[in-house]
Amino acid sequence: MVAVYIIGGIIVILIIIFIATYNGLIGLRNQLRNAWAQIDVQLKRRHDLIPNLIETVRGYMKYERKTLEAVTKARNLAQSLASGDVGARSKAEGELSGALARLLAVAENYPDLKANQNFLALQEELTSTENKISFSRQYYNDSVLRLNNKVQMFPSNVVASMTGFKLGEFFEVTIAEEREAPKVDLT
Amino acid sequence: MWEQIRANQTRSVVLTAGMGILLLLLGYFLGLYFFGSGIGGLIIALIVWGLMSLVAYFQGDNILLAVSRARKISRDDHPQLYNVVEEMKIASGLEKMPDIYIIDDPALNAFATGRNPDKAAVTITSGLLAKLNRDELQGVIGHEISHIKNRDVLLMAMCAVMLGTIVILAWYATRILFFSGMAGGRRSSRSGGGQAQIIILAIGILLMILAPIAAQLIYFAISRKREYLADASSALYTRYPEGLASALEKLAASTTQLKSANQATAPMYTVNPFRKEGKPASNLTSTHPPILERIRILRAMSGASLSDYDQAYRQARGGVGIAPASALALDGAAGGAALRAPSPETKPVEELPQKVERARETSDLMWRLSDYKTIYCTCGTKLRVSPNFKGTSVKCPHCGRTNSV
Repeated sequence: MVAVYIIGGIIVILIIIFIATYNGLIGLRNQLRNAWAQIDVQLKRRHDLIPNLIETVRGYMKYERKTLEAVTKARNLAQSLASGDVGARSKAEGELSGALARLLAVAENYPDLKANQNFLALQEELTSTENKISFSRQYYNDSVLRLNNKVQMFPSNVVASMTGFKLGEFFEVTIAEEREAPKVDLT
Repeated sequence: MWEQIRANQTRSVVLTAGMGILLLLLGYFLGLYFFGSGIGGLIIALIVWGLMSLVAYFQGDNILLAVSRARKISRDDHPQLYNVVEEMKIASGLEKMPDIYIIDDPALNAFATGRNPDKAAVTITSGLLAKLNRDELQGVIGHEISHIKNRDVLLMAMCAVMLGTIVILAWYATRILFFSGMAGGRRSSRSGGGQAQIIILAIGILLMILAPIAAQLIYFAISRKREYLADASSALYTRYPEGLASALEKLAASTTQLKSANQATAPMYTVNPFRKEGKPASNLTSTHPPILERIRILRAMSGASLSDYDQAYRQARGGVGIAPASALALDGAAGGAALRAPSPETKPVEELPQKVERARETSDLMWRLSDYKTIYCTCGTKLRVSPNFKGTSVKCPHCGRTNSV
């Protein structure tokens, strides 16, 4: 009789642990998806801001056609890849970041432009969107790490493999390009 | 991150429990002395504490914001501040965007309120807003957001209430004891248990004197730990500890006192608001760790992860670090917490026009929040029109043109 109780108790405890672990995994996966959606929102926001920026800047920067075209091109490419695979997409977005940084660096040479309220507001929005992209990526990658740890480490890996949890994929942006200081192209 | 919050919570719970026991002891012995019943005193102490806690829990943030005359702002009022808060919200993984308030005060400070992350707000003084560049602002906001994320706000509010209760009880007991003593000592004439009476009196007086001090020390211990942790989290979120470090430097150099702070709200601020007028914040400890030490630790960080902060902290202070080893091991595995470069806006030496521009922006905002209208005269003069102004046109004092309101 006692043995039955003990075994029953152990089973109940195991079930509780199973449920708790499973819910924890679900929570982490939702957090991951949420973080991913956040990156998406910010990338879209950046795509939406660019036509406006080009429009504002064009009148002032007559001799920067190349720089402006590079931004527009990178933006269109990134937008067309928005539903593509993560690798190609992050590469395109990385290039867009680079092109934008160059444009903003060149803008430093145009005092009239820097006095334009519209441009200043856009610049703030772009800087912030840029930051938000990297912060949401940072948070996304932290979430991936947390989920992957759970999926791979004992004992939660038992629950994860039973319920079919997969490893999350890190969002790697072509870091080399991003870190590179923007080259000011004065041609 | 989670583990570390949990471990910190355990430590805080232990300290808070210590404070609770102190409160109960005080109540018990005061009851024993004044009514001859320890339980009665206990109940009174609990009722006072319970009422104050309820008020603090449900209305604490509103009261605090009202007392500091803080005003809520929207995105259009100050896009940069709004953006920076949103950035930190994203970096910390907070689910809801906190409200943003501004206090019209030249002093430099900021605080976070809200009993849970869904009802949170960050408040900043106009002085600080005018003084900080984007990176520094981000560091300060990151610090406040991590107070929200780590749930420090509720804990500190509850601790403040407990401290307040202890102080109030001890204060009243001292007065009553003093006056009844003057009136001839009602207690001493009571017969029976003379020896026990004296012992109870001795313990009661001891508690009355020591409890508020001990509670204050516990309170400071809790709040100091939380400050370091918030600094570490801010560095982790922004990946740029220098931002917060240089913001703290500006705070340390400032000598203006915040008008609307009081004892209980002090730990909510980024730096202690109670330094003496004209005295820099740097040599004041109490609720906040010494500001110069915080700057030193932030500057010594070789990366932006919590373990980097922990290492710098141990170098600066010796002994144990701020976070448990398990959290650091996990954090170290991330490995991605490299420092980032300053944002292009941040210049090594700020030029005057930049400072002037920021100060102007902030003062424009404050005028707007007070419902003043701004009219730009064609001669370039800015005219501020009070909301009480009834006329339809106003004459520019500079060039004499008439502008319609």
